[in-house]
Amino acid sequence: MRVGLFVTCLVDLMRPSIGFAALRLLENAGCEVVVPESQTCCGQPGYNSGDYASAKALALKLLGEFKDCDYVVLPSGSCAGMIKVHYPALLKDDPSVLESVNRLSSRTYELTDFLVNVLKIEKIPGRYSGSLTYHDSCSGLRELGVQAQPRALLAKMPGVTLTEMTECATCCGFGGTFAVKFGAISTRMADKKCANIAQTGASAVVAGDLGCLLNIEGRLRRRGDLQTRVLHIAEVLAGEGKEGSTWK
Amino acid sequence: MEVTAMHFRRKAAESLENAKLQHALKKMQSKFVDKRAAAITELPNFTEIRDAATDIRERVVNHLDSYLLRFEQEATARGAVVHWAEDIEEANRIVVEIAQRHGVRKVVKSKSMVTEECALNDYLASVGVEVLETDLGEYILQLAHEPPSHIVAPVVHKSKEEIADLFAEKHKRTRKTEITEMCREAREVLRPGFLSADMGISGANFIIAETGSVLIVTNEGNGRLTTTLPRVHVAITGIEKVVPTLEDASTLLRLLPRSATGQPITNYVSVLTGIRGQDESDGPEHFHIILLDNGRSRLLGTELQPMLRCIRCGACMNHCPVYQNIGGHAYGWVYPGPMGSVLTPSFVGLENAIDLPNASTFCGECAVVCPVKIPLPDLMRHLRHQQVVRHLRPWTERVALRLWSWAARHPAVYALLTRAAVRLLCLLGGKEKRLRHLPGASGWTKGRDMPAPAGRTFRELYQARRSL
Repeated sequence: MRVGLFVTCLVDLMRPSIGFAALRLLENAGCEVVVPESQTCCGQPGYNSGDYASAKALALKLLGEFKDCDYVVLPSGSCAGMIKVHYPALLKDDPSVLESVNRLSSRTYELTDFLVNVLKIEKIPGRYSGSLTYHDSCSGLRELGVQAQPRALLAKMPGVTLTEMTECATCCGFGGTFAVKFGAISTRMADKKCANIAQTGASAVVAGDLGCLLNIEGRLRRRGDLQTRVLHIAEVLAGEGKEGSTWK
Repeated sequence: MEVTAMHFRRKAAESLENAKLQHALKKMQSKFVDKRAAAITELPNFTEIRDAATDIRERVVNHLDSYLLRFEQEATARGAVVHWAEDIEEANRIVVEIAQRHGVRKVVKSKSMVTEECALNDYLASVGVEVLETDLGEYILQLAHEPPSHIVAPVVHKSKEEIADLFAEKHKRTRKTEITEMCREAREVLRPGFLSADMGISGANFIIAETGSVLIVTNEGNGRLTTTLPRVHVAITGIEKVVPTLEDASTLLRLLPRSATGQPITNYVSVLTGIRGQDESDGPEHFHIILLDNGRSRLLGTELQPMLRCIRCGACMNHCPVYQNIGGHAYGWVYPGPMGSVLTPSFVGLENAIDLPNASTFCGECAVVCPVKIPLPDLMRHLRHQQVVRHLRPWTERVALRLWSWAARHPAVYALLTRAAVRLLCLLGGKEKRLRHLPGASGWTKGRDMPAPAGRTFRELYQARRSL
């Protein structure tokens, strides 16, 4: 099985460890993983800002890069949603690529969804012991139905205690450029998230999207919380969460 | 109502600092969100009803002209007069003509968002007609000279104490703080209004094509008094509110109050059909129905057409984390929340509501709870696209996005630029590995640290690993 890994631009720039964790998880499950080296961005920032032309150009670029893969997997519900849900809408008026776009869309998966529903993995390679709380990132949850998958995977890891937070499915306030354009509103939303995280007493918050993680981490630190670890689900599952936190 | 949507940013910031408002919003959220969730689980076939409701609304919007003509025909046959208003000026003019023709001096009103669109109260006042709002929330706002901040709970932004002060000041009675006593006092003040009014003005939750009826739902009974006691009843509604049959209306009614307030049904559902018959003891002698377009038909055949399915339940705003934090006034016109982020630019012009379509994280909860499945984030995104096409966004934003997308299309350039950027940011992050100020992204760093990047990009590390 030839699996194309799209690490996403945020992971590429900000936290490569997530990309490697995803890579290890897929390889460990027996996939032949290809990482097209020309990959950059899926086009979502442009698309959500209304710049459809540049989003289309990037969609077509990605389409070419992953055309030989049986599946495309991303450690991000948001970017996976972009490809799976929005590419077909974005390119609906382009008959020359429509078929390949639909094919790409049907083969694209968010990482935990892929591990659970396609690979049906039973054994998680990583080790983690401690209490976690899981934040459901919006796009993965509402566009792709990623909710049970990460929890099912965490449940297979001995030593992990998952404590659900209040409003785990409420937006953390990231929203791509929203966090910059409407910083004050976004901060208030992040504040509620931080309070809900604190209430669980968990030592780490886990999510499937780096955007949310940067937002939550940034607000936690500004509020003076230097203890709560902020981890990507791939890092936890691959065992990199052990000492992988940027914050000690 | 005056359009102040251009001040969204400033008003949102003020709202965040308004402790009383924050308290009220918190209460509202737990009330409406939790109650809706419970009310939905009471419907074992919720999914089917939602599908059916969506189909009904979609069918209506696709054949709006024929349903409206049927409605006009049936309503006319039962003695009502149907007026068509292209815009708010025309709607206001028609109301005033009706008032003058019947020698109206006093009007009682039941809540209607369309008359908020028209700023009808001000218009009537300007020609010497006295207007009394009779919906408790709207009445409070009329006393306070404020616009509604929510379409279902217009006064949700005010605390009980503020209202107690307002009543004491305006009613010139002893200050009461018990809700039941305050309601009684309002009722005592309003009752003579109902009895002395010459005209009642209402909105319409639905208008029904097969019978020519106007359907309104209320919890207070004031709608019933407004539409049956005065000799003239004027119902003003948007053209999209038509539904084919009473049966269809009943399907929608299973979802409207549940989505709005979590009630299985409202206290009153009034189906108002025709004028008072010869052997009937109540009902108006004259029944006028004004069908307002005001930009609605412009949405037909466009990407925004699904917005016309809206049944104005307010679930989208109740569940919107942005609305939950800033309330309705920040949105600057009649309709707040995600609904307003689409309707306001559509009705008053995109250039007059530049921030609204952008004031969403696209979390998607609004679309999840919408009883008629309006894809609100998609519609907001479409409006963002229109802003790009019409060059309505600030040049800095346009340039930044262009540069990013250009670089992303050229992997070699992208690799070089990102390599340099992450090194610099990593350096700036220092030992703490966080950036407290990020030039060009102060919106972010004002409230948050920016976690510093690891220092090497994935692509660099991956290449290095492969070449080992």
